[in-house]
Amino acid sequence: MSKPIVATTALAGCFGCHMSLLDIDDRILQLVELVDFNKSPIDDIKTFTKKCDIGIIEGGVANTENYKVLKEFRKNCKILISLGECAIMGGLPAMRNGKDSIESCLKEAYQDSPSTINKNNILPNDEELPMILDKVYPCHEVVKIDYFLPGCPPRADLIWDALVALLNGKEIDPEYKTYKFD
Amino acid sequence: MGKKITIEPVTRVEGHGKVTIYLDDNNNFKQSRLHIVEFRGFEKFIQGRPYWEAPVTVQRLCGICPVSHHLAAAKAMDVIVGAGTGDGLTPTAEKMRRLMHFGQVFQSHVLHFFHLASPDLLFGIDGDPAIRNVIGIAKMHKELAVQAVMMRKFGQEVIKVTAGKKIHGTGAIPGGINKHLSTKEKLNLLIGQDPMNIDKMIEWSLSGLEFFKNYHKDHKDIIDNFAAYPSKHLSMVRKDGALDLYHGVLRAIDSEGNKILDDVDTQDYLEHIAEEVRSWSYMKFPYLRKYGPKDGWYRVGPLARLNTADFIPSPLAQKEFELFKAYTNGKPNNMSMHYHWARLIEILHCAEMMKELLNDPDLLKGELVTKGKKGNEGVGVLEAPRGTLFHHYKINEDDQITMANLIVSTTNNNIPMNLAVESAVKQFISGKNEITEGMLNAVEVGIRAYDPCLSCATHAIGKLPLQIKLYDSKNNLLDIKTKNDE
Repeated sequence: MSKPIVATTALAGCFGCHMSLLDIDDRILQLVELVDFNKSPIDDIKTFTKKCDIGIIEGGVANTENYKVLKEFRKNCKILISLGECAIMGGLPAMRNGKDSIESCLKEAYQDSPSTINKNNILPNDEELPMILDKVYPCHEVVKIDYFLPGCPPRADLIWDALVALLNGKEIDPEYKTYKFD
Repeated sequence: MGKKITIEPVTRVEGHGKVTIYLDDNNNFKQSRLHIVEFRGFEKFIQGRPYWEAPVTVQRLCGICPVSHHLAAAKAMDVIVGAGTGDGLTPTAEKMRRLMHFGQVFQSHVLHFFHLASPDLLFGIDGDPAIRNVIGIAKMHKELAVQAVMMRKFGQEVIKVTAGKKIHGTGAIPGGINKHLSTKEKLNLLIGQDPMNIDKMIEWSLSGLEFFKNYHKDHKDIIDNFAAYPSKHLSMVRKDGALDLYHGVLRAIDSEGNKILDDVDTQDYLEHIAEEVRSWSYMKFPYLRKYGPKDGWYRVGPLARLNTADFIPSPLAQKEFELFKAYTNGKPNNMSMHYHWARLIEILHCAEMMKELLNDPDLLKGELVTKGKKGNEGVGVLEAPRGTLFHHYKINEDDQITMANLIVSTTNNNIPMNLAVESAVKQFISGKNEITEGMLNAVEVGIRAYDPCLSCATHAIGKLPLQIKLYDSKNNLLDIKTKNDE
C-alpha cells in the first residue's frame, strides 16, 4: 500500500508553524517513514506531481501569489488544514485590516522610515512583485478548509496528534484543554 | 535574442523571493536580481499599540529566530523605561536573556547547517535532488540526522525555560525578564539524560566542526572559490573587541581589515547607517552613510562577526577562531561559503556559553526588573543568528508606539546575496547552452550560504523549490524548467 502523501506551504506567515512542526523533534524521523511529501518546502517539488491526502497551510492570504497557491492546494489535496492563527484569522499581519491602507504601510516603510533615504520617493513596484491585497484574508474565506489547529504557533504535540489521527483514518478531535491560542 | 531566466520561488524573510537572470544573445551574463516579493507593513500597523506589547508582537515577523526580535524590541523598550542601554539590567535579567539568546542562535545555526546546508555537501551541489534534502539525510545519514534533531531540540528547550515557550515566548519584558530559572530546569539541561545535556552538545558541536573541516580539506574549490568577493563587514562587538551576540558597540572593517567604524554606540545607528529603496524588491538596501549607497554596502552574520571581532571569549571556540583566522593570515575572510565554518564556530561558542550560564547562581534568584525614568525613544540592537538586527521605536505620552523602524539582519545582506547570485550565475550558467538542475542549485547554494531568514524556515525541512522560465527578448515564454523535470 502506498504511503499517505502530505503537502505543506507557508503563505503570509512567519514560518513559526513549520518550526513548531519541527518541534515534534525525534518523531520527525518516524514521520518521514510514515508519509511521502509532495509540494512542500521540505523538498524540491515546485508544482503538484500527484493528488495529496493532506495539505497543511500556514499563513493567511496577503497577496496574489498566496491566493494562487492556496487555490492550487485546494485543488490537489483531499484534506486541508489551516495551521495557526494567520491561516485561521489572518494573525498579526491582519492587524493592518481596517486600520492602515496598503499605501500608508508602503509609505511608512519606504519613504518615512528614519533610516531610509529615498529622494525620488520610489515604492517597490515591479512586474516581478506580486500584488498586495487590500487586506489579509483568512484561508477559509478563499477556499473550504477541513480542519483548524489554533495557536501561535500550534503546539508540536497538537500537530503530531492531528497527523496521527488522520493517518489512522480518524477525525482530528483534540481535547479542549490542548487548545492554546497564544 | 537575449534570455530572461526566472527562479521562483526562492524563499526568504517574510515569505518568498525569486531570482531573475538576463543573458545576452550568446548566453553571457547581463544582469541578475534577487527580488523579495512579500511585504507586511509591521512598521505601520504597530503604531498605536502599547509599547510593552512590542517584544511579543513584533517577534511574529519571524518564527525561526523570534527570540532575536523579542530581545531587540525588549532592549529598545529597556531604554524607553529608563533601564539603560544594556548595562542597566539586573544580573539575573541580563544573564537570563543571554541564555535565551545563546539557545536561539544555537538552534537556528544547527537548523541551518545540518538540516539545510549539509545536504549540498553530503550529496553534492549537483547531487540527485530526490535525496538532496533533509529526508535524504534522515534516511542515509541517520546518525547525523539524530544529532541535528537533538541539538535543535536542546536549543529550543533552553528557549522554553527562559522565554516560557519554544516559539514566540514572553520572557523578556521592558526593563528585564519575568522569570528565574528553576533548579530542575537547570539540572535538566546541565546533566539531563543522554544526549540531552550540555556536555553532549559541546561534544557534538566539536564533531560538527570536524565534519566541516574534513569536507573543506577535500573540497577547497567549492568552499574557497564559490561566491568569494571582497566586502566591508559590520557587527556589534563587546567594548573590548570580543565576539558578543547580545550587547556591545558597532564596528565595521573594510575588506583589508582596517577599522572604518569603531566603538559606535548602538543608540546612534542612524548617524552611520542608511537604506536605499529600489523598485524591484520589497527589501531595502542598507549602507554606511559615509561611503554612500554605491560603495557603503557590507556583510553581516557569522562571517562578518568573526572578521570584526578580535577574539572569542570561550576557550574551545577561541581555539577554532585562531585556526579560522590563520587560514586567511589574519586578514578578513571574504569567502561566502566560509559562513558555514564561522556558523559552526559560533555553535560551539553558544554551547560553551550556555554551560557557563547554566552554572551561574544568578539565574536562580535575584531581582528581575529595573525601573527608571521613562523616555520616549529607544534603539535595541542585537547580533541575531543572521547578523546585526536594529529595532527603533518612539512612543507618545499615552504609551502608544508612534514610530517603529526595523532593519532586519537579512536586509543588511541584500547586496551581498545579490552578488552571490551574480557570482553563481557567472560561474555556472553564463555562456552555457543548456541549464541543468545542478546550475539552479548552485544559485541557491550562493543564497543559502547567507542563511536568509525565513527562507531558512522553508528549507528548514528541505530546499528552495525552484522553477526557471526562459523568455526571449520580447518576453515570450520559451521554456519552463523545474526540478521536477529531473
